[in-house]
Amino acid sequence: MNHLPQAWGRPRNAILGAYNPSILQPSGPKAHTTSPIVTGTSVLAVKFKDGVVIAADNLASYGSLARFTDVKRLRTFNRRTVVGFGGDVSDMQYLDRLLLSLDIEENYGSSGHDLNALNLHTYLAKVMYKRRSDINPLWNQLLVAGLDGLDQPFLSSVDLLGTTFSSPTLATGFGAHLAQPLLRKVVDDEAKVGSVTREQATNAVRECMKVLFYRDARSLDKYSIAVITKDGVELKEDEELENQSWAFAEMIKGYGTQTV
Amino acid sequence: MPGFDFSHHNRNAALHAQGVPLPKATSTGTTIVGCIFDGGVVIAADTRATSGPIVADKNCEKLHYIAPQIWCAGAGTAADTEFTTAIISSNLELHSLSTGRKPRVVTCMTMLKQHLFRYQGHIGAYLVVAGVDPTGVGLYTVHAHGSTDKLPYVTMGSGSLAAMSVFETQWKPKMTKDEAVKLASDAIQAGIFNDLGSGSNVDVCVITPEKTTLLRNYIKPNQREQKQRSYLFKRGTTAVLKEKVITREEISKYVTVQELPSDDDVVVVEKMDIDA
Amino acid sequence: MLNANSPLASGPSYSFATPPNQTSTNIKQHSFNPYTDNGGSTLGITGDDFAILAGDTRSTSGYNINTRYAPKVFKIGEDDGTGESAHIVLSVVGFAADGNALKERLNAIVKMYRYQHGKPMSVKACAQRLSTILYGKRFFPYYVHAILGGLDEEGKGALYSYDPVGSYEREQCRAAGAAASLIMPFLDNQVNFKNQYIPGSGEGHALEARKATPLPRAEVEQLVRDAFTSAVERHIEVGDGLQMLVVTKNGIEEIYDPLKKD
Repeated sequence: MNHLPQAWGRPRNAILGAYNPSILQPSGPKAHTTSPIVTGTSVLAVKFKDGVVIAADNLASYGSLARFTDVKRLRTFNRRTVVGFGGDVSDMQYLDRLLLSLDIEENYGSSGHDLNALNLHTYLAKVMYKRRSDINPLWNQLLVAGLDGLDQPFLSSVDLLGTTFSSPTLATGFGAHLAQPLLRKVVDDEAKVGSVTREQATNAVRECMKVLFYRDARSLDKYSIAVITKDGVELKEDEELENQSWAFAEMIKGYGTQTV
Repeated sequence: MPGFDFSHHNRNAALHAQGVPLPKATSTGTTIVGCIFDGGVVIAADTRATSGPIVADKNCEKLHYIAPQIWCAGAGTAADTEFTTAIISSNLELHSLSTGRKPRVVTCMTMLKQHLFRYQGHIGAYLVVAGVDPTGVGLYTVHAHGSTDKLPYVTMGSGSLAAMSVFETQWKPKMTKDEAVKLASDAIQAGIFNDLGSGSNVDVCVITPEKTTLLRNYIKPNQREQKQRSYLFKRGTTAVLKEKVITREEISKYVTVQELPSDDDVVVVEKMDIDA
Repeated sequence: MLNANSPLASGPSYSFATPPNQTSTNIKQHSFNPYTDNGGSTLGITGDDFAILAGDTRSTSGYNINTRYAPKVFKIGEDDGTGESAHIVLSVVGFAADGNALKERLNAIVKMYRYQHGKPMSVKACAQRLSTILYGKRFFPYYVHAILGGLDEEGKGALYSYDPVGSYEREQCRAAGAAASLIMPFLDNQVNFKNQYIPGSGEGHALEARKATPLPRAEVEQLVRDAFTSAVERHIEVGDGLQMLVVTKNGIEEIYDPLKKD
């Protein structure tokens, strides 16, 4: 399993054999991001009939240390699209500045056209693919949520290698293992997105955030959640998990022979 | 000479360092789960066995017999789960015979962890042990290195996270037998459809103080559809370069030849699934 | 007592999981790998007046499914603006990001050719151009196995298959990707009738081999479906959906069939 951000983009030795990077380096080592430092964990998102729900917790970890507990990992763009960031936080902040300059450039004397979620995803995919091709990756996996040119729900992913894919439900990091099976129970097919309500989608995402807090050691019970519809973005950045259940803990005694 | 002998390990390490590939074992990149209910315990498994990205067996059995009321679900290296459970099953029966008592789940778990710890993780068996004994219901996980866990619901294998997500959202204390069977099989199906290492069917084993019920292929959600074409070849399609007939007299020199009563009573040893 | 010379006490331990490692340079290891494998399989078969390109729609990373619908087969040279319809199809399998970049480059080139020359690019020319593009990245290759399909100047089905650095060949049929080694022998036998002889045509070595003839479209579609349902049974990275693009003189037809999702 390679849900940990520091394992992303690493060769899978069992399949490819040990990665020999010497051909890429004519001289000594060069300082590029070779592993993430301060990281964010999962981002989750689900499409529903009028839009998309997206969520991420507010934690930035430094290795196994819960270093920053109030970091917002959802970013709105153009008041109609939300980008969710997993992976390295400094690279996230670079992308944030990049998107800010893009926004200014696009709105400066513009003819009234503005970038929708699909356009933004294409842009970010090109940025990420260019950086991986320069062997200088931005160590993130992003989810782009919003509406496309036809005002249909849009949800797509880009990672540090420039790989893109789209699905009615998406989850990055640990969420790909733990949340995606639950989210796929809600919508397993693009054709069924039309029958999913906003409540169903939101409840599923909140439930998954809870499961992630139970099982992902790099997660937090404080999170941000955004709903994107034709009416714009509703972003809440100070949510807290509700109705947690730790009752089972009382009945556990020891790990083997112990009974009291 | 007291202590461990590392000569085989040293040999393997030396060969490995020289670039000799080590044999690839069939692993059951698996989803296995276990869950306690009111009055018993249920374990379940998928039925896919893989060798790298290739499906080695589409309908293998991952639920292993230990004792009539103790069963094990195995993940990891197929051979290791098979032999480890067999040896512990055997030793547990001898133990039961010598004490004159029914075998206990804790005993089984302790024997497994001690056996696996001795081999320092080189025996790649990851097990869910479950059963009912005179002391009550037992459910444990045993890792290849020898650590154990005792919990009301457990999952293991490559699909463990997919299965655990189902337990974390749907498990509740004091479930009925039917609820537990439904929950366990739902957890396995989450593994089957979301984890590439798991697939095919769901096997379930329900253990209560009264009896053990093995539900082999309890759910079959992945039946292959009818093929579009028939792939029967006309007789004579394959070139015959040499033909040699061995007569009955000749073969009788080496084996006993027995006449079967009539053509209708031909004993079918193994039937193969081919196109009609 | 633990032997002091044993690998357990002294050095790095070895395991079945880690492959042999001979690289020991004094240069610091660069741990970023710019490639990954997104699994899946594609195949192409030609007939007298058509070419079929097919691929499953699963995208994977490790033991995870990224999505159940990520097309691997694309129309090349289609233009919504001018209403120009495509007559070339391309399939790419391997590293999906490279596949996408390759598709977009070829697509742009085929469109530009149309604008600059006022006529559509021939499949033969497109095939040669694709080879050039791939070789252009000889020392940082597009990690993909591409197959290009269309109709040649005589209207016959044409199929070209490529290795990641641009070596290419026109063929009757080709399977690529994760399950290529499972599908290709089946295609050799069922499309080119390899290892099949005509019953009763001779004795021993004199037996006449069955000659390959172009198959009708319906039969080819059945073979494609059977090839994929079989690959799904035995390869964990193949599944979810089957996408087929059929090129005929009337244009390109798209067919989608579900596959098993386990």
